[in-house]
Formats: sequence, C-alpha cells, structure tokens
Amino acid sequence: MTTSTKTAKIDRLAELTAQNETTSGASLWREAFRRLKTNKMAIIGAAIIAVFIVMAIVGPWLAPHSATALTWKSEVLVNQGKFVDSPRGGNWFGLDHLGRDTFSRFLIGARQTLLVGVVSMLIGLIVGAVIGAASGAAATLGGRLGQKIDTVIMRVVDMMLALPSLLLAVSIAAVMGQSLTTVMIAVGVVQIPIFARLLRGSMLAQGSKDYVLAAQSLGIRKRRIVVTNILPNSLSPVIVQATLSLATAIIEAAALSYLGLGNPDPAVPEWGVMLSQAQRFFEHAPMMAVYPAVGIIITALGFTLLGEAMREALDPKLRG
Amino acid sequence: MSLLELNDVKVHFPIKKGLFVDRTVGYVYAVDGISLKVEAGQTYGLVGESGCGKTTLGRAVLRLVDITSGEVVLDGTDLASLPDKDMRTMRRRLQMVFQDPLGSLNPRQNIESILSEGMAAHGIGANQEERREKIRAILAKVGLPSNALSRYPHEFSGGQRQRIGIARALVLEPDVIICDEPVSALDVSIQAQVVNLLDELQEELGLTYVVIAHDLAVVRHISDVIGVMYLGSLVEEAPSDDLYAAPKHPYTKALMSAVPIPDPTVEEARERILLTGDLPSPANPPSGCRFHTRCPWAQPKCKEERPQLREVGEGHRVACHFVEDIESGLLQIGTERAAVVPAARTEQDAVEEAVAKSAGTKAALEAEDAEAMADGDADVTPADARSEAEAESETESGPAASDADEAPASDADETSASDADEAPASGADETPESAAPAETAPAETDPAETTPAETDSTESAKDSSARGA
Repeated sequence: MTTSTKTAKIDRLAELTAQNETTSGASLWREAFRRLKTNKMAIIGAAIIAVFIVMAIVGPWLAPHSATALTWKSEVLVNQGKFVDSPRGGNWFGLDHLGRDTFSRFLIGARQTLLVGVVSMLIGLIVGAVIGAASGAAATLGGRLGQKIDTVIMRVVDMMLALPSLLLAVSIAAVMGQSLTTVMIAVGVVQIPIFARLLRGSMLAQGSKDYVLAAQSLGIRKRRIVVTNILPNSLSPVIVQATLSLATAIIEAAALSYLGLGNPDPAVPEWGVMLSQAQRFFEHAPMMAVYPAVGIIITALGFTLLGEAMREALDPKLRG
Repeated sequence: MSLLELNDVKVHFPIKKGLFVDRTVGYVYAVDGISLKVEAGQTYGLVGESGCGKTTLGRAVLRLVDITSGEVVLDGTDLASLPDKDMRTMRRRLQMVFQDPLGSLNPRQNIESILSEGMAAHGIGANQEERREKIRAILAKVGLPSNALSRYPHEFSGGQRQRIGIARALVLEPDVIICDEPVSALDVSIQAQVVNLLDELQEELGLTYVVIAHDLAVVRHISDVIGVMYLGSLVEEAPSDDLYAAPKHPYTKALMSAVPIPDPTVEEARERILLTGDLPSPANPPSGCRFHTRCPWAQPKCKEERPQLREVGEGHRVACHFVEDIESGLLQIGTERAAVVPAARTEQDAVEEAVAKSAGTKAALEAEDAEAMADGDADVTPADARSEAEAESETESGPAASDADEAPASDADETSASDADEAPASGADETPESAAPAETAPAETDPAETTPAETDSTESAKDSSARGA
C-alpha cells in the first residue's frame, strides 16, 4: 500500500469516528455520578441523609420548646411509675426524667450528632489519608528506601488496628477527660488506621498499572505522578469508606456518650447522651430510649446505603 | 555508530524471603546478557515466547526496571549509569508504546491532559495553548479527530487508544520508540492499521523503533533486523528477510516452522519441528546453552558451555555451537534424543563418514559422545536388519538434507508446490519410506499424521518391529 492511500484511509477513518460524537468527554467521576443517580438505594440513603442534615441545621429553630426548659407536670413522677414518655399535649415524644421536651431535644441533638460524626470521620480521613498516601507513594515510587519507610509506617498502623476500637476510644477519652472534643478525637483516631491501610493498598494496586509506568517513561516527576495519576485513581474506595464510617462514627460517638464519656453539658442534647440517660428509666419509660436509638439507626442506615451505592457506582467492573 | 547500543545488559530480579529482614534467596534471570545494536532510522524486532524477557529488556532500556549490569548506550550516553535526574530528561528521547492501550492511559485524565503532561515535564511549548496546538497536529498525524482532546480514554475504541498511546510518545519528539507488543491487544484488522501507521510515521519522522512482539508476521512486516530471544538471551539476530528465509538457530527454526503456510499442500508436506517440554524457569535456567533442554539437536557440549552470539553470515549472528553442522546436515534431529538405537547408530555412521571426508576432529568427538549417549538408552526396540537398511539410506540422504531444512523456512509465495513436494522426500523424516519402498501404504499416511520428530521415530520403531515379526 502506498503512503497516499494509507493516509487517505486514515483520514476517512478519522472522519467516521468524528461523527456522532459529542465534543466534551465524560469523566469517570461524572459517569459514576450518573449511575449513582439512577440507583434506588442511593436515593433512599441520600434522602435520609438530607433530612438528617436539614434537621441538624434548622432543628434548634424548629424545636417547639427549649432544650433546657423544664416542664414540670404533676404526672412526671418517676418514683410512682407514672413517667411521661408518651405523646401528650404539646410534647409529641413526651417528656424526659427532668420534664424536658424529648422531641425538641431530639431535633436539637441532631446537630451535635452530625457534628461528632462528621468531625471524627474527617479526623480519621485526613490523618489516615496523609499517612496512607505517604506510605503508598513511598512504596510505589520510592525505590528501596521507600519500601523500608512503607514497611515501618504500616507496622505502626497495624499496631493501631490491633487494638479494639472502642477500647482505644475509651482510653483516649479517659486520658483527655470528658468533653465533646474528646469524643470526636477518640472516634477519629480509631478510623485513622482503616483509612491509611485502605488508601495505601489502593495506591499500591494502581502503582503497578501500565499508565504509571507510562508516566514514568514520559519523564514526569515522581511527585506529579503520585498527584495526577496514582491518587485520583486510588480515591474511590476511600470515598466509599468515608461515607460508611460516618455511620460507625455516629454509633461509636453514641456508645462513648452512653458510657458516660460524652459531653457533660446537659444544656447540649446529643442522641448518644439521651440514650445513655434513658437507660436508667428504661423499665418505666422505654420510648425515651427508643427515639434517639431509632434516630441513630436510621441515620447510620442512610449513610450505609449511600456508601454501598457509591461503591457500586465507582466499581470499575460495572463501568459500561 | 549505532543510535542505541546494548552491551551485555542483565536484569536479575532478586527473590526475597523473610519476615523482618529480607533475605535474597535467588534471582530471576529475566534478561541475562544481551548485546545488540539498533541503527538510526531502522526497526529492530525482538521476538520470543512469553516469559523470555523481551518486555523486561524493553523496560530496562528505559530504566523502568533496574539494570543489574551492562550498558545501554543512546547516542554515546550510557543510560544505565546516569543519575536519576539526568535520566528523567533523557527519557524525552526514548519513548515507549505499551501493549494494553487502555491500561496504559490514565482513566481519570482526558486526552489533552495525558498528552500535555509529558510536554510540560520537559518544557516543550511555552504555555498550554501552544501545547494544545502541537497536540492537535500530532492527533491529526496519528488519525484522531481533534475533538478527542477533551474526551477520556474509555470513550475510545482499542485502535484509537493505541493511536493515543503512539501520539503520547510522539509529542516528545523522541529518537527511539520502544513498542512493547503494540498490536497484540488489537483486532487483526486494527492491527494492520496500527502497523501501517507506525511504518508511515517512521518514514515521515525518521524514527527508530524497537518492536517487541510475539507475532512473527507483524515483526517481519515492520522490522529491518530481528533478534530472537530465548530465556533472557538472544539466540539469533539477522536482517529480517534472512531470518525468515533461512533461520539458523534450532529455536528459530522451530519458531518459523510453527508459522502456518496458507497452502495445504505445502503445509502438509513441510517438515515441522515441534519443541517438547516447557520453557524452563528463568529463576533456575539450564546450564550451558539455555535451549539445550528442548533442542532436538542438543549435544553434550551444549550442557556445559554457553554459546556466544557469533557471526555466521552478513549481519547474521547465531548463538549455537553447531550451526554449521546442522546447516550442512552433519547433525540430524534426534541424534541422541530419540530413544531408538538403530536410528541413533545410523546417524552416527553418517556423521563418521562425513568426518572422514572433512577430517574434522570436533565432529569425531561429538560422534563419540553421541555413541555413548545412545548406548545409555536401554529402552529400545531391537531391529538389526532395519538398522542396516537405514544406515544406507541415511548416508545417501545425508548431504541432501540441508535442502529439506530450507524448504519449510521459505515463504509460501516464494516456494512452489513442486519444490515443497520434492524437498521433504530427502529429509530425515522420510527415511522409512525411502528405506522400504515396498511398504508404501503406511508410509504415505505418515507425513500427514505425524509431524513431530519424536512421534516419527516411535512410528518407525513400530514399523521395524512389525517387520521383525
């Protein structure tokens, strides 16, 4: 075949492929989002989360009563087993042992719960991702020295993983004293090794891909290869994990509050604290525990549903 | 001087064991001493079966894997000893096209970003606008629409992705492009397009290619010089036409005889060399000649001494102790390996006769070795009468056997059917036929059904035992 006919052929091919094509491409993120939007699980999860967030933002204004206002009624007499936890009058969820409106406390408490969940997840995500990224980058492109560094970091992370998470959180909370910050840090620290291992593993998997080799052969600086090539491709499992760990963070924060390590300020309601206080009256007023518990469960479910749907949307095997 | 020169390049991967402190318990000899030269503007083809180290060699040239020892000289600069920083800038001159077109493109970058990244790293183009112009020009050159710029790799077809891979290499204006199996992941029709594109670009831009492939037809089409690799080393190197017309190394012969010929008569009649056994592990390569465990012509010397590449014709280098003997027909297939004494004896007789003519002491020694080996083989069908008959036929067909060697190697369009029919008749495979013309019926079905040398020898053993009874 002569060069001219070959060129003509290629030109024709180029023309053919140019037809019926949009000019802007769809990135993988955009495609994943498109898949996410069509997933029922994701929509339900997102709806739950949306309600929760709205509640957290506007809850204090919506609340019919103040969180601290004590509505003493003659019936509120714990000792006589006439404790009011059922809807009545202006108190939809009833009153708690101090005569406070449970519904108002539930609405206001959503903000604290979300705050604890998000902040502790972010602590785990950011610190864990930095450690994981450093370790992963060292392991993939750092040569022999990098691999040694990676081994050392990972052994430390393994030690953290080996401790039971709640025990670690309790120890931290015990050392730092009783406060909301303690709860956040304690729950966040527990998440660190999970994120670190996840990101490192994901980076290692990407590091052996051909396109990383191609980037190296192009003569791109190693730092840039990590930032533009390896990291963007390693993030999807971490994003999924972040969503899922929001659920566990809320539950763990509730557990710490339940154990009495949460925010001691009675003026600031929080679902975990409410649950912990309700246990003493469980025999007389079970609904007092049920409201915050159901709140925690549904919120955690919302994050889990969204997380699972994101995992499916980001799974490269389903890319079509 | 050659543009790219490899001197005794070795890449050994350590095998590590141990919980806390890594102990090196051995090495994988992926590339084990390769020397070759690639001339500017030429295409050097590297062929070999999976696991022979061709890809590792390609990566070693770009220093994508650590070179254990040896030199990779590009235009007078030894890349192997270059500090990392200088190597990074040198990479502009050496580019690579990868086997898996999708896997070698970052799925989260669009085409513009993929192509401009390398340019930015080497300071080509002052700003993004300038780079974009250049990328557009290159995209047109490789036959991609310019609206490809903002799209992502997964939106293209396999052939288009490979064009992107080629464009990525081209934007840096390299001197040498290493194509690692550039078309093996593509459909046959797309393969042709990409191969032709590579050809065309070479013509236009004066590129030098090192093409790594296992597809013999592709390599032949694109290469000027071809190197055949086996277990980490080169066994033969020759100008492409020479290699295909007259392969000299036993391994190359076997490779070439595995290429199907689109002519049933030729295909049926030609001699085929089937290799037995598996590729030995590169972690534990055989002593001496790496190929001796599978070579039908193997001799005791092959186990002890590793043959070096030596010149046997113009630009034709072969790493085999016995190329000349195999070529001249002094050494026949299965001299030792076939577990049939009669055959072995007659071969040896032939050799001895030839030795008497040429007075080569080397050959005499080998003949002795061969005898020793043959005697060692106890599992034998005795057929003395037949061995005599064969001895005669062997001596007759001995000198003519070299013709038979050439026949299957030459291409289908070059060899006429009559040639092919004639040639194998004098070959070693046909000995039973020529020795016993009375038994034409079984002999006729013979070449069609049994191709490997070993099956043939057992067949002849059966033959002879039948006659004995």
